[in-house]
Amino acid sequence: MTVVEDLAVPPRTEVLPRGMGRRERWLRRLPLLPALIYVVVVTQIPFVVTLWYSFQNYFWDQPGGAHFTGLSNYKTVFTSPTFRGSLVRSVVMTVTAVIVAMILGVALAVLLDRKFFGRGVARTLVITPFLVMPAAAALVWAGPMLDPNFGLLNYLLAPFGVHHVAWLSTHALGSVIVVMIWQWTPFMTLIVLAGLQSQPTETLEAAKVDGAGALATFRELTLPHLRPYIELGILLGSIYLVNVFDAVRLMTNGGPGTSTTNLPFYLYQEVNNAFDVGGAAAAGVVTVILTIIVASFALRMFARVFQFEEARA
Amino acid sequence: MTSTTARPGPRRVPRWVGNVGWAVLAWAVALAFFTPVLWMAITAFKPESAAETWPPQFIFKPTLAEFRLAITGMGPFLVHSIIATVGSTVLVLLLGVPAAYALSVYPVRAWRDGLFFFISTKMLPIVAVIGPLYVIALHAHLLDSLGLLIILYTAMNLPLAIWMIRSFMLEVPNELLEAARLDGAGRVREMGSVILPVISPGLVSTALICMIFAWNELFLALNLTVTNAATMPMFLISSVPQEGLYIAHLSAAALIASIPVIIIGWLAQRSLVRGLSMGAIK
Repeated sequence: MTVVEDLAVPPRTEVLPRGMGRRERWLRRLPLLPALIYVVVVTQIPFVVTLWYSFQNYFWDQPGGAHFTGLSNYKTVFTSPTFRGSLVRSVVMTVTAVIVAMILGVALAVLLDRKFFGRGVARTLVITPFLVMPAAAALVWAGPMLDPNFGLLNYLLAPFGVHHVAWLSTHALGSVIVVMIWQWTPFMTLIVLAGLQSQPTETLEAAKVDGAGALATFRELTLPHLRPYIELGILLGSIYLVNVFDAVRLMTNGGPGTSTTNLPFYLYQEVNNAFDVGGAAAAGVVTVILTIIVASFALRMFARVFQFEEARA
Repeated sequence: MTSTTARPGPRRVPRWVGNVGWAVLAWAVALAFFTPVLWMAITAFKPESAAETWPPQFIFKPTLAEFRLAITGMGPFLVHSIIATVGSTVLVLLLGVPAAYALSVYPVRAWRDGLFFFISTKMLPIVAVIGPLYVIALHAHLLDSLGLLIILYTAMNLPLAIWMIRSFMLEVPNELLEAARLDGAGRVREMGSVILPVISPGLVSTALICMIFAWNELFLALNLTVTNAATMPMFLISSVPQEGLYIAHLSAAALIASIPVIIIGWLAQRSLVRGLSMGAIK
């Protein structure tokens, strides 16, 4: 029913007409131009401005406006332990959340793939965390769920010897990551479930006839089949999770200390609390450069994932 | 595996036991994932005094008091959210449909570069440019305006929409297009009378996904709006007081803010998968 479709294959009609006339070429370009110009203007201009500000000394709260300071903002960024710390934390949070969410996602997808009573309702319940507004999820976890005095989690864990733990002070980073995992596991489940449903039943039947056990079938047949789906989930999940801001801002405000400060929150603080536009811009440029390095790998992976089915067909 | 299996060893458990066990396990896990949402909903119907107790109360007299309290003052936020969400989604479709067309039906030479350019903008972190973005908005007199949110949300969703719409356009049967061409339809008519009607369910899915992301967006709204364009996530934050009891109040506000997207997502589960995978999974 569901397949990974190759989006990067040549389009449907008149793929590469040789000797396409000048008029035809522009006729084809024309519909693309508004969107292209729009995206270039809205997403690239701020980056150019950011680059410019990264060489300027510019504080909101100081008179005199911006003036050139050379590389001093970059020096500050590279010597700032907060920046380095938030960079490391961003990586830790993203990698942990994506991996755990994917493992849980595969497990849930396998559970929900088989027919059982009320499967449709159970699936609907499972995807719901993803649909909750991230700001609402963060606040509901911070209050009704994790509150040390009347939170539901402490109540549920009381039989296991947990007594009024102040999760957001003692396990701040873990708590934020748990919320990220809670929100993104449904996303992974949906993608892996689509993969499971696209698995040809004949292959599975054949394996059964040959006497293969359930585990062996899963390892030898299902997992390889799921691979492009898992890659897609990891890729898209990372794109969104590396930018997680709501949970950090609303659950811990980056604290205690800087123990949950990731890059997005660090940059937010530089602008909003330190009023340091130049410093934030330099940190932003460094972030963008790092992102480009990671993204160039990700884009290659994208091309591969989206071509998978085509290569096989 | 049934009892007819040739394999030696202990007798297998009957099939129905396995099935029931499976169902119980699946339901337990599903409920575990749903619990925080359920708890939010339950707490929203409590009076504040019943929300902050130890142990937590499960039996109480439900009240709408906190909802009533929460919706006072919500009006402007709700209106702003609707305008920003609908406005950006319409703009996304207006720009995205022609672009997807130029990358699929009558493709430009560098259609592949085009596709990857769009998706690469999705990977660049908007957080990195928030300071300069603020300065640009300030000078353009767009700070704290819905226009600014619409412009930014459109840019945020456009790459995803183009990939998604393109995947729907690639599915339009060739015969339909050829028939239209034989009838002498030009490209504009071909678009209007063949492609658009065929992909209209796809456009609805695309619009739903864009609306979900725009509705839930907090970072840009928090940094670039104050009152004139503050959206529902901002309303939610403002419902957390610095002092005093607030858990029931917060839960009611969180439920109100989340419920539109939850219902849309429940109704459009299939579109959700396709949209979230950018059209890769059908």
